[in-house]
Amino acid sequence: MGELRLMKGNEALAEAAIRSGCDAYFGYPITPQSEVLEYLSREAFNRTGMIVLQAESEVASINMIYGAAGAGKRAMTSSSSPGISLMQEGISYIAAAELPCLIVNVSRGGPGLGTIQPSQGDYFQATKGGGHGDYKLIVLAPSSVQEMADFVRLGFDLADKYRNPVMILADGAIGQMMEKVELFEQLPRGGTYSKPWATTGKTKDRERNIITSLHIDPRQMEKINLRLQKKYKEIQEKEVRYETFKIEDADYILTAFGLGARICKKVVEIGREKGYKLGLIRPITLFPFPFKVYSEIAEKVKGILDVEMNAGQMVEDVKLSVNGKTRVEFYGRMGGIIPTPEEILEYFENKFLKGE
Amino acid sequence: MDETILKTEEQDFIEEDICVAENLVYHKPKTLTDTDLHYCPGCGHGVVHRLLMEVVEEMNIQDKVIGVAPVGCAVFAYNYMDIDMQEAAHGRATAVATGIIRVLPDKLVFTYQGDGDLAAIGTAETIHTCNRGENILIVFINNAVYGMTSGQMAPTTLPGMVTTTSPFGRDVKTMGYPLKITDLVAQLPGTYYVTRQAVNNAGNVRKAKKAIQKAFQFLQQRKGTCFIEIVSNCPSNWKMTPVESNKFVEEVMIPNYPLGDLKVPKEEQK
Ligand SMILES: Cc1ncc(C[n+]2csc(CCOP(=O)(O)OP(=O)(O)O)c2C)c(N)n1
Ligand code: SF4
Ligand SMILES: [Mg+2]
Repeated sequence: MGELRLMKGNEALAEAAIRSGCDAYFGYPITPQSEVLEYLSREAFNRTGMIVLQAESEVASINMIYGAAGAGKRAMTSSSSPGISLMQEGISYIAAAELPCLIVNVSRGGPGLGTIQPSQGDYFQATKGGGHGDYKLIVLAPSSVQEMADFVRLGFDLADKYRNPVMILADGAIGQMMEKVELFEQLPRGGTYSKPWATTGKTKDRERNIITSLHIDPRQMEKINLRLQKKYKEIQEKEVRYETFKIEDADYILTAFGLGARICKKVVEIGREKGYKLGLIRPITLFPFPFKVYSEIAEKVKGILDVEMNAGQMVEDVKLSVNGKTRVEFYGRMGGIIPTPEEILEYFENKFLKGE
Repeated sequence: MDETILKTEEQDFIEEDICVAENLVYHKPKTLTDTDLHYCPGCGHGVVHRLLMEVVEEMNIQDKVIGVAPVGCAVFAYNYMDIDMQEAAHGRATAVATGIIRVLPDKLVFTYQGDGDLAAIGTAETIHTCNRGENILIVFINNAVYGMTSGQMAPTTLPGMVTTTSPFGRDVKTMGYPLKITDLVAQLPGTYYVTRQAVNNAGNVRKAKKAIQKAFQFLQQRKGTCFIEIVSNCPSNWKMTPVESNKFVEEVMIPNYPLGDLKVPKEEQK
């Protein structure tokens, strides 16, 4: 059993970064995730020599990640929604140059400056591009403090394995809440993947290494795109992760990710006490999205209620998966409001069921 | 030219036997690749590429050097320089270089940026990188114009100068003044060596090379940010011949951007 601690989600994430052997963190303060930069500034360098730098902006920090990841090191940044928006050009470059790194979005309510309260309004941004061009991030959605820690390690490994940026899409509540967390052991700095493509200085025994996303010849650019798409397809085939809760005998499925899924678990429990056979599907990887589990369950159930803290984003992917085989409805709150289990159940009873 | 004439001329040359070691005045550094440069005839970019790679060869630091070239005419620098390189987003070269030098502190990292890149879209990164005193060399090619996007006004465009976006000449009242960013960064405690050079004639080329040599030596001693502005040209977008453009550098650019050191390390002053 690993070391047990009571920690905030943001602190657990920062601690996990150190323990994952992260080489460098570059970030800029923004609520509700500033604890990450603060924790790392205190802890990281003295313990593992990990570099921590407060950048002048999120534009700078994402490009510092580009440089450090291109130099073959484990690099990460974290921010919240407006900061992640600023990073989009850099993220597109990183995806195109296939640089492994970790980007954390402890998201808050928008649009605009919005609110510092938790939200899931960045699902589209995280999973459908966000920046320009055809690229994909691997997106992990934690729903507990434990997963804030575990997904850092998992994220770095997936990033290295596929030479692809990974995003952890959390929210302000998961970042700020305190829970018991079991920490994994300290891993060696830098991870174990060899990176012969990294710019470390050209030695006599090899050709020069170039990190770039520029391919002016359209035939070459299409080739690169095809290679990227092939990689994303492989990720879709091999890396889908999700959790199910009481779906075996369910008549109705609730589905939600991150914080929403925690709340829906409670809805399943209180709903079952009232006699409704509810089950829950929680996607853990938002890309790759678990299409199959929905299309299979759609054959067996009477309907799916998708719950999100936004205007209805993941529900589009759920509908795509189900492809008309069963009814899919959406319930959401926006602007930093967290729905209660009771209001979700009430919606289910009074609206969803009556709409049958 | 007629091929046969070319051949006989070549033969004459060889017969005269002037191709001997003691007559060697120039050789292409091994740190430059054989790829043909895409730069326009007479452009300063090619000269500065050569100077950088000569210094890398002479100092025997090819395995230590990592270059960063952002978007701009020199975005393809990695096709010519036989060193590890990263291509950066427009304006972000010094942030990328910061990322590299922080995780590889023993390496010699340089950026190669245009005026639009360094002094417009990337101003914040430029100032803050210099202010942190990152141990990198910033090479700043000031050609007073956006070369790559075909001749728009740059932050360094001189008052009255005609560009595609200042077709009646730069009017400082509405378009702002030329930004002398090199003077600005010289004020920052993080910069160690700040100098302005040119490559419009042989004498200036030699001086520019000296400055590059010095800068790499300072990086080896981890002294902090070195910043070399090169007052350069853009014959194509200035609508001049190479010769005219070098004359313009001499007669108009240099009086506005005077050459010389703006910040000299104490050791050097002795
Ligand atoms: C975000 C972004 N905005 C605009 C551009 C278009 N762009 C490419 S290079 C350039 C200006 C280049 O001028 P400069 O930095 O002076 O370099 P030069 O070509 O003159 O050497 C611009 C505006 C871009 N590539 N990216
Ligand atoms: S456009 Fe100007 S800066 Fe670019 S290569 Fe041609 S002359 Fe040089
Ligand atoms: Mg320019």
